[in-house]
Amino acid sequence: MKTDLFNALLEMADDHLILGHRVGEWTGHAPMLEEDLALTNLALDLLGQARVIYAYAAQVEGKGRDEDKLAFLRLERDYRNLLLVERPNGDFAHTILRQFHFAAFMKPYWDWVAVNSSDETLKGIAGKAAKEMAYHVRHCGEWVIRLGDGTDESAARMRAAVDALHRYTAELFTDTPAFKACVEAGALPARGSLKPAWDATIRMVFDEAQLDIPEVSYPAQGGRDGMHGEEMGHLLAELQYMQRTYPDMKW
Amino acid sequence: MAQAAGIRSLDEARAWAAAAAVPDPEVPCVTVADLGILRSVEIEDGVAVAKVSPTYSGCPAVVAIELAIETALREAGFEPRIERVMSPAWTTDWITPEGREKLRAFGIAPPVNASNSKMALFGETVVTCPRCGSSDTRKVSEFGSTPCKAHYTCKACAEPFDYFKCI
Repeated sequence: MKTDLFNALLEMADDHLILGHRVGEWTGHAPMLEEDLALTNLALDLLGQARVIYAYAAQVEGKGRDEDKLAFLRLERDYRNLLLVERPNGDFAHTILRQFHFAAFMKPYWDWVAVNSSDETLKGIAGKAAKEMAYHVRHCGEWVIRLGDGTDESAARMRAAVDALHRYTAELFTDTPAFKACVEAGALPARGSLKPAWDATIRMVFDEAQLDIPEVSYPAQGGRDGMHGEEMGHLLAELQYMQRTYPDMKW
Repeated sequence: MAQAAGIRSLDEARAWAAAAAVPDPEVPCVTVADLGILRSVEIEDGVAVAKVSPTYSGCPAVVAIELAIETALREAGFEPRIERVMSPAWTTDWITPEGREKLRAFGIAPPVNASNSKMALFGETVVTCPRCGSSDTRKVSEFGSTPCKAHYTCKACAEPFDYFKCI
C-alpha cells in the first residue's frame, strides 16, 4: 500500500507541477495586465498544490528524498503526468481550455477527497485545493464562453483549441494499478466516477459558448506510463536546469 | 500537580501573546492571530510548539510567517518549534471580527460571508467599498496582488481596492 500510495501521489503531483510550469510560461506575456496576474496566480496555485503533494509523497516514501528531489531530479520516463497538462501553451484559447478541462476534473476530485478520503493528510490538502480549483473553473469557464461566443476570430480559435485538446481528456478518467489500490483503500476516488460531474461542467459551458463537443476516434494516452510527447523533454530541460547544473542548490 | 498545570498555562499564555502579535508580511495591518492562521501555541517538554496553517497552498509568505513566529518566540525566551498544519484547511471564516475591521480600515474589503466552496459556477458576490461603503463596485480581476486577494474598483468613489477573497 505504501508504494501504491507513493506512486498515486506522484501522478497527482506531476500533473500539478507540469501544468503549473506551462501556465507559468505566460508570466509577462499575457494579453493584458489583469490576465497576466491571473495566469500567474493560477500557476502559483498549481505549484503550491504540487509542493504539498510531493512533500507528502516524500514522507510516505521515507527514503530521504525531499519535494525538490522528486520534482526536479527524475528522468522523463519517471514522470507520470497526463499528456493533457504537458501540451504546449499554443494561443490563449488553448491555454485557457486546457486549464478548464483540468480544473473541471480536479474540482469534484478534491471535493470527494476532502469529505470521503480515509487519508487525513490528503483530506487537509483537498480542503484547500477544492476551493482554489473553484476559482480556476470559474475564471477559465468565463473565458471559454467569452471567446467561444465572441468574435469570428476568437470563436475560430476556441474551436481549434477544442478540436486539438479533446482527444487528451479521456486520460483524465483512467486509473493505474497503484491508483486503483488507493481507491480500494478508500483514500482516493475512482477517476471514472467523476466523469458525469466533468461532463456536466463541460456541457454547460460549451452550450453557452456555442461550442460542440467533438467525437474522438483515437484518444491520446500514455502519460501515466511515462510515455510522453516530444514537447515534454523540452519542458523538463527548462524545469530542471538549475538543479541539474547546480545539484542541491538552495535559493 | 495543579500548581504545575497552572504555571504551564501561564507560560503558554505568554508564548501565545508573543506569537500572536506577529504581523502578516503581506498584509501587515493584521496579525497572524487576527487571520486565524496561528492555530495554537503549547509548551511541550520546555519547547514552545506553534501550529500554523497556510492560507493558500502556494502562498509564498508561509515560510516568512513561520520564521517570524519562530523569532518572536525566541525573543520572548522560548525554545520554539513550528508545525505546519494542513488539516482542517484554513478558511477565511477564521478571520476574527477584529481582523475583518482592521482589513477594512486598511483599505482591503474583508471576505464576504461563508466560504466560496459551494458557490455556483458563476455566482456573483456583492463586495462593499472599504472607503466609501458603496456596494456599487466592479470586479476588475479575480486575481490581485497576492494569491488571497482580488482586484475591484468602486463605481461610486472611483477608488480601486483589494478584496480579500473568500475561501
